[in-house]
Amino acid sequence: MTTTAQPQTGRAEGLASRYSTFMSRHASLMPTFAALAILILLFVGAQIYFGNFITPRNLSALLLDNSYLLILAVGMTFVILTGGIDLSVGSVMAFTGILCARLLSEGFPAIVTIPVMIIGGGAVGLMVGVLVQYFEVQPFIASLAGLFLARGLAFVVSLESIKVEDPIVLWFGSTRFRLGEWYISPTGILALLVVAIAAIVLQWTRFGRTIYAVGGSEQSARLMGLHVARTKIIAYVISGVCAGLAGLALTAYSGAGYPLYGVGTELDAIAAVVIGGTLLTGGRGYVLGSLVGVLVYGAIQTVISFMGAEQSWTRIIIGILLLVFIVVQRVIVARSDRRR
Amino acid sequence: MRKLITHRLFWPIAALVALIALNAIVRPQFISITVRDGELYGALIDILRNSAPLMLVALGMTIVIATRGIDLSVGAIMAVSGAVALTIIDTSGDPEALGTVAIALVVGILVALVLGVWNGFLVAVLGIQPIIATLVLMLAGRGMALLITEGFITTVTSAPYKFIATGYVIGLPFALFISVAAIVVIALIERRTALGVLTEAVGINPEASRLAGVRSRGIVFGAYVTSGLLAGMAGILYSSNIMAADANATGLYIELYAILAVVLGGTSLMGGKFTIAGTVVGVFTIQTLRSTILFLGVPSAQAPVVFAAVVIIVVLVQSPRVHRAARKVIHSMRTSGRTGTTTRTETAS
Repeated sequence: MTTTAQPQTGRAEGLASRYSTFMSRHASLMPTFAALAILILLFVGAQIYFGNFITPRNLSALLLDNSYLLILAVGMTFVILTGGIDLSVGSVMAFTGILCARLLSEGFPAIVTIPVMIIGGGAVGLMVGVLVQYFEVQPFIASLAGLFLARGLAFVVSLESIKVEDPIVLWFGSTRFRLGEWYISPTGILALLVVAIAAIVLQWTRFGRTIYAVGGSEQSARLMGLHVARTKIIAYVISGVCAGLAGLALTAYSGAGYPLYGVGTELDAIAAVVIGGTLLTGGRGYVLGSLVGVLVYGAIQTVISFMGAEQSWTRIIIGILLLVFIVVQRVIVARSDRRR
Repeated sequence: MRKLITHRLFWPIAALVALIALNAIVRPQFISITVRDGELYGALIDILRNSAPLMLVALGMTIVIATRGIDLSVGAIMAVSGAVALTIIDTSGDPEALGTVAIALVVGILVALVLGVWNGFLVAVLGIQPIIATLVLMLAGRGMALLITEGFITTVTSAPYKFIATGYVIGLPFALFISVAAIVVIALIERRTALGVLTEAVGINPEASRLAGVRSRGIVFGAYVTSGLLAGMAGILYSSNIMAADANATGLYIELYAILAVVLGGTSLMGGKFTIAGTVVGVFTIQTLRSTILFLGVPSAQAPVVFAAVVIIVVLVQSPRVHRAARKVIHSMRTSGRTGTTTRTETAS
């Protein structure tokens, strides 16, 4: 009796210990797994409730509708990983978008306007980064200046929306590469490409590891001889460049530039990054988590439009979800700190 | 003179005075105040009246920032309290009755108080980072306001409610009395009791002040409740001014302007020492700047560029690197001046 029982308890113990080792080794992965679980729950729940939720058309639309947010979230992930925050991305997106529309309407070719958007976004990011790094301005205030500047500049470019008729820019938003019922637009490909590049950079390059090191402890990173200043500034430039790309995606998606686009989108991006499991204190998180966060964000919006409920619920539910994730993170961080 | 320049309020006040002087030179009618039917009118009076909501929010923000926190939800709280108050008046049988307005006021402010308690709970009890804890309400709050107004912009006519923002008492705008009352109450509580010092202690080093026996948790909690309460009052003022509950536009970006006012006033975002007088000066500076931008003919949509320039200049002036550079320049000027005189005396002899 005892001999047969022993291996069983032994295996159970082994499982338990293996589980706890896994947990302690991959504690920073847990919030991302939680986000993934919520996403799956959302999909399954909606499928059971509506019956026709998980369709190729629906899932394809999810990526199409949120590609600009996904690009923003990737840039935001870099900044948050270094322990900073970038409030300027929504305004920068609107600014580059309207700038592109204006330049196109004045006869510049898309070959010129698209690089201008990316450089414009990067320039605002560079300004924020320099303020943060060299003038020791808090990221919140520095990027707030970026927010005001870009929003104001958007209105300087034009007070009204400008329609885009350029075939190259419109191609990004209106083309559908179809595979059966599935489809993907060039903006969606662009967004996934950005995610893939960011994931590779963060996971396998020296720069990526420096980002994590700076976010974990700037002091230690400096003592280790890492290029803290350069890394932090590049993180903000990446965020700005991503905001420029998001401007391209949004302009292509909506077919127009409008100076009021993206009011509050910086907060949507931050929320998506946090839901995806990146810690706001920096040093822990994954770009793929941000992808999951954006999908959760988009799925909630789709569910709400399926329910025919008012859009006001979107904001409330996003707020509640954000809260849940913060509390989950809080518990995880408290645990891993205790373990140390 | 040196004492005057090194006073922490010197630069904020100098900026405000310079701004007013600039306006007065460009358009002399800026400083003229006329009396019409025993009520004062003029650009300066308008600035005093229109700054009231920002003043309330910025006072709350000062206390929160002093505890090393930040409150992003004030705009959303404004939207909620305005929506609640106007919906109560709208659905009541008699919008003109004083009783209705009183109930609307009390309920609107109470809801804001509850939201402040919520923020305080997240930050002080659960220990969540302030920027994220208040981000939750910033996102959800406007959704709540939209639910209350059912997605519409509720417009109301009610003379007593309209009086709050546009009425006059003994020749001065009533809104001014509200902001002065708020300044006095906050200043008395924070400066005539030990609370202000304790708040600074918590802001400078939460752990040390806790070990020293300061109830830091309660102080942080109270800061967010105060901020919520004042934001609720600001929401009432704002909605009374336009007599409409617009869930999307009410208090949009006010949290950013309030933070800017606090920083302009000389309070550091790092927490600790705070100055209420500085915040008051900061609010007036922002409101005067708004009026100036409007006068210069910059479309209000483009005004953020000017604000961005101001923010950048202010943070550069405050930044340690610029201080170091300035000190170096002054030092080298002094030494070169001294060597200059010695060489001259040498040649003379």
